[in-house]
Amino acid sequence: MTTPDPRTNGSVPATGTAVDTAIQAAEASTRRGHVGGFSAPVPTEPYDVARTMPLRIELIRQLKRRRTQVAFALVALLPVILWIAFSLASDGPPGATVNLVDLAKDSAANFAVFALFASASFLLVVVVALFFGDTVASEASWSSLRYLLAAPIPRARLLRQKAVVAAGLSLAALLLLPVVSLIVGSIAYGPDALVSPTGESLSFWTAVGRVLLGAIYLALSMSWVAALAMLLSVSTDAPLGAVGGAVMTSIVSQILDQITALEDLRNYLPTHYANAWSDLLSSTIDWGDMTRGVFSSFCYAAVFGAFAVWRFQRKDITS
Amino acid sequence: MRPRALVAVVAVLVVAAGVILFATTRGGSSDPDVRTSEQRIEVSGGPGVAAPVSLDTTLYLPARTPAPAVLVAHGFGGSKASVDADARDLAARGYVALAWSARGFGTSGGQIALDSPDYEVADARSLVDWLAQRPEVALDGPGDPRVGVTGGSYGGALSLLLAGYDKRVDAIAPVITWNDLGQALFPDATGTPPPGDTPAARTFGTDGVFKRGWAGVFFSAGASPAQSAQASVLGRGNTGSDDAAAGQGTTGQGQDAPPVATDPGQGVTPQTPPGIPLTCGRFTAQVCAAYTEAATTGRVSPATADLLRRSSPVSVTDRITAPTLLVQGEQDTLFGLDQADANARQIAAAGGTVRVVWYAGGHDGGAPGTSVRDDIAEWFDHYLMRTGPAPSSGFAYAVQSGVRAGGSTPTGRTIVADAYPGLPGNAPVTAQRLRLTGAPQDVVNPAGGNPAAITSLPGLGGSLGSLAGRLSAFTSELPGQSAQFRTDPFPESTTLAGSSRVTLTVARSPGQPAGSEAVLFGKISTLSADGRRVLLGSSVAPMRVPVPVDGSPTTVTVTLPAVVAPVQVGDRLLVSISTTDQGYAPANDPAVWRIGLADTGAPATLTVPSVAGRAVTENTVPIGYLIGIGVILVGALLAWVVARALRRRRLAPAPDPAALPLEIHGLAKTYKGGFTAVRDVSFEVRPGMVLGLLGPNGAGKTTVLRMLMGLIRPSAGTMRAFGEPIGPGAPVLARIGAFVEGPGFLPHLSGADNLRLYWAATGRPPADAHVEDALAIAGLGSSVDRKVGAYSQGMRQRLAIAQAMLGLPELLLLDEPTNGLDPPQIHAMREVLRRYAADGRTVLVSSHLLAEVEQTCTHVVVMHKGLVVADGTVDDIIAGGGAASFTVDEPAQAAEVLTGLDGVRDVAVDGTLVHAELNGMPRAAAVQALVTAGVGVQSAGPRRRLEDAFLQLVGEDATP
Repeated sequence: MTTPDPRTNGSVPATGTAVDTAIQAAEASTRRGHVGGFSAPVPTEPYDVARTMPLRIELIRQLKRRRTQVAFALVALLPVILWIAFSLASDGPPGATVNLVDLAKDSAANFAVFALFASASFLLVVVVALFFGDTVASEASWSSLRYLLAAPIPRARLLRQKAVVAAGLSLAALLLLPVVSLIVGSIAYGPDALVSPTGESLSFWTAVGRVLLGAIYLALSMSWVAALAMLLSVSTDAPLGAVGGAVMTSIVSQILDQITALEDLRNYLPTHYANAWSDLLSSTIDWGDMTRGVFSSFCYAAVFGAFAVWRFQRKDITS
Repeated sequence: MRPRALVAVVAVLVVAAGVILFATTRGGSSDPDVRTSEQRIEVSGGPGVAAPVSLDTTLYLPARTPAPAVLVAHGFGGSKASVDADARDLAARGYVALAWSARGFGTSGGQIALDSPDYEVADARSLVDWLAQRPEVALDGPGDPRVGVTGGSYGGALSLLLAGYDKRVDAIAPVITWNDLGQALFPDATGTPPPGDTPAARTFGTDGVFKRGWAGVFFSAGASPAQSAQASVLGRGNTGSDDAAAGQGTTGQGQDAPPVATDPGQGVTPQTPPGIPLTCGRFTAQVCAAYTEAATTGRVSPATADLLRRSSPVSVTDRITAPTLLVQGEQDTLFGLDQADANARQIAAAGGTVRVVWYAGGHDGGAPGTSVRDDIAEWFDHYLMRTGPAPSSGFAYAVQSGVRAGGSTPTGRTIVADAYPGLPGNAPVTAQRLRLTGAPQDVVNPAGGNPAAITSLPGLGGSLGSLAGRLSAFTSELPGQSAQFRTDPFPESTTLAGSSRVTLTVARSPGQPAGSEAVLFGKISTLSADGRRVLLGSSVAPMRVPVPVDGSPTTVTVTLPAVVAPVQVGDRLLVSISTTDQGYAPANDPAVWRIGLADTGAPATLTVPSVAGRAVTENTVPIGYLIGIGVILVGALLAWVVARALRRRRLAPAPDPAALPLEIHGLAKTYKGGFTAVRDVSFEVRPGMVLGLLGPNGAGKTTVLRMLMGLIRPSAGTMRAFGEPIGPGAPVLARIGAFVEGPGFLPHLSGADNLRLYWAATGRPPADAHVEDALAIAGLGSSVDRKVGAYSQGMRQRLAIAQAMLGLPELLLLDEPTNGLDPPQIHAMREVLRRYAADGRTVLVSSHLLAEVEQTCTHVVVMHKGLVVADGTVDDIIAGGGAASFTVDEPAQAAEVLTGLDGVRDVAVDGTLVHAELNGMPRAAAVQALVTAGVGVQSAGPRRRLEDAFLQLVGEDATP
């Protein structure tokens, strides 16, 4: 490329306004007989579908967003907030029954378990719904979606790359919470054994493994939230609608799960097995509910996900 | 899109509503395969009763008969209606189930004789006779049906007694019942334990402390005419309790009393025979007298003991040969684990087959959960149906952590052991001896035993759930009334399972009042490091200790309540001995007792039993679901592979270097709502053209451009660029740069980052982007490093055009590129576009401004209402075929002159304008002719037909 940068051309005042620069750049180029690289268009490499929207680029695009940073900051701060809250709370007279809050102050492992329990049903659902529901809808709201699609990035590929990045971010957030909780808990309460809700004791390092496994289970069991958020994300141009719709569905499912009169029907609710990871907190693990939970979530995720792809493929992009 | 989101929300709510509706309607229906028939069966009245007694029964028939039968006995205060769900469940499992209201309950006749062999047991034998006559019941021999018995509490004792008196019974499953009613109501925790070392063994003394709380509840349930109201307090399972295991069932396994007995035909009238006082309700005179005596004196007389013993399984356990599944509750201050322990010990000693299950519930907790019900079904399946595998004759117990976790989080686990320790042939229970410390302490027995500690709420515990446990934390120890001894903190966690033992001394306190005997209550609690104290089992072990008058201590070995509890590292066990308990008849005389640990030479110890076993979690992964997960994953993978293969095939390129940059034929688009934006658009774009797509707003220009970008699928027509079809994601789009309907940037990134990341997203090498050229065109200067969100409209517009030019695409689509630009910028933009096309590239510019197109484009396509109305070079269309307009001072004269010129035609006057078709004649010649003729010519130029046509179109639009 032998073309000099028009902006550094001697005939252009460097102090000119942006508008001036544009005009002068064009004029200068015109006067010289050619405009920039307009005359050297031979691409070094042809367009290749498989290289469009690399994961690294999408990750950068998402990581630079304030909402991503805030979500991670919130997840990382939650254990600290809990710690402060626990230290501020005055100790009442000891009661006969123990709850998870009482246990949380026993050890880092219990603290992490409490943090997961406290955030699994809402905070983490919001985080997952945010990463998945916002990803396409926000592009649509910024109108950048049409330029990506015209790049061209095939729609299915765009959705896939975005889903992979959103899944990575969600998993990172889901693991960040227990990891930070374990660190904060170790500082605050010491790396002692876990006293599980079933009344058993697990050594600290066993408990660490179980808590991280629990986070991974949570990630798998929230696949349906992810897929639903994705479906809503491709269906609406309002990011808030997509995130809110997924979160609301989760809440409705949780409410229905409270209605014991529904009996076995509750097994079909996507959130029914959301707490099954607590089975990990006993010396012998019952994988039954977790397997059922993953299956249930995957079923919903497959349906919502397939519908999302189908819909996005056929949709007229009018945003 | 908003309405769609709304639709989604509504859909979710509708589905939710449907689910509730379905559940509600489904809840009302019953298993269609189970048939029921109600009948009254007359049985002999028994000794001293002349008239026969009519029993109200319901027979539940399974789908297939003949089948083994199960008698389902109800709990105290209940009726056959209270076991309906259990009987139905058994019938659904293939059994003929017979439920009946015991005499004195429901609408059955007769009086309550407390499972007396002469009355209730005889009734049940008659029912077995009756079953033997039914064709639906499988027989072992003539008159001998294949029959099992189950029931909770009152019904459980009947199961045991019937199995003892009637050899035809093939299997029994008594739930939360007694071994010796006298011992249950008058317990005494002192004395040497029986041999055998079972976990919950307790000596049954002869002169215990009256359990007046429970006895009163028990008696009133049978005495009150309004049975249902009273009965509901009797050990009903509470689904709302924190007991995970017990919280499952909505009805108890034949446990005492239904939650609501609403059958209008039952228990309304107390059928009190004349001569019996109303205070006796439907009890027989003997039972009533015995209760009255016990309640007034607080002591058990030999006659009462004898009466209760005849109503107790202990009288027949040595004769029970039917395989027995003993289910007992860990939250049970009425019939504790020691009662089941005694049953098991006695039956096993006589050679019977016994399995013991302790579940997290009981008279103070809840009804057994599904796992226990399944246990019972398996028991019958093997011993009655002879189908299932032989159930273990071992032992299973539930360990509840006491942690309130909420939701479906398990707070307990079930431990199974291969054998119930201490039974013949089994190893004795493992006992740990823990050092116990504490100085002798004086405890006060207040006059009248009041105020008294409250440890449990007889009859209410189940309903209150964990509240009862929380209450007892504050009321179970009254100041000055208890002596406490504690163990060292546990070095490792363990699980306590059974009765702990401690040896104590009780003496008078010098100079203090005291009677001849002390009534004391032993309790065991866990004490955690942070001071939290949990009374295990909410249970107390009462004892009556004779204390020598001379001040010398009496040494007693106390068997503390049998409990199951996890003990964590750092927890201590706390043994407390107190003088009062609300649930028991107190010692009325004021006294002070000095309680100490017995000095036997060695340090005092607490003997703590534990039962090794393994936790039964379903450690197996449900294979079906695992396969299901695999199927979904494989299915997703397959879908991906297939889609990929299809795309490969579809995108087989056919490059044609000679093909036009753009060819459009018959393009049309009708949106989903029915709005037709584009009807029929065809045009071609050749290399080097700057084509203007001109039309008023709403002409369909943008829709055409969106279709060219692959954003919208056309309803009809074809689009080809460089010979390749255009569609969503078509690779040829890489050769097209586009700017349509405004810029689209990530507002949180700078302009430069936006362009850089956009180019990176196209997957092409950065060197091909020519970002510097693009930025030069955008002319943003140092603003390129500011966030786009802070840009002005014009800056964004220029950046977007620069983005469209990234990589210098061969075809550039620009939609209203000069919108929002100021005149100098517009001028520069024109230059750029002209230059851009000069090298053989092609530019398509849409605009609604004629001047714009006229000044920028070489060719123009005019669109209106989705149709192409004109198409050609700008010069052609603007200049027409030589039409000219003259502004003159004398229009009429000018028209005359022009008409006179050779070849000139179509002369028209329009104000001071004169139009004419010069037909090849130069305009200069026409002007000369006019001037020569004396007409003043102000201006002469090509006639603007395009403008006319265009204004006409816009005008039409303006006046719809």
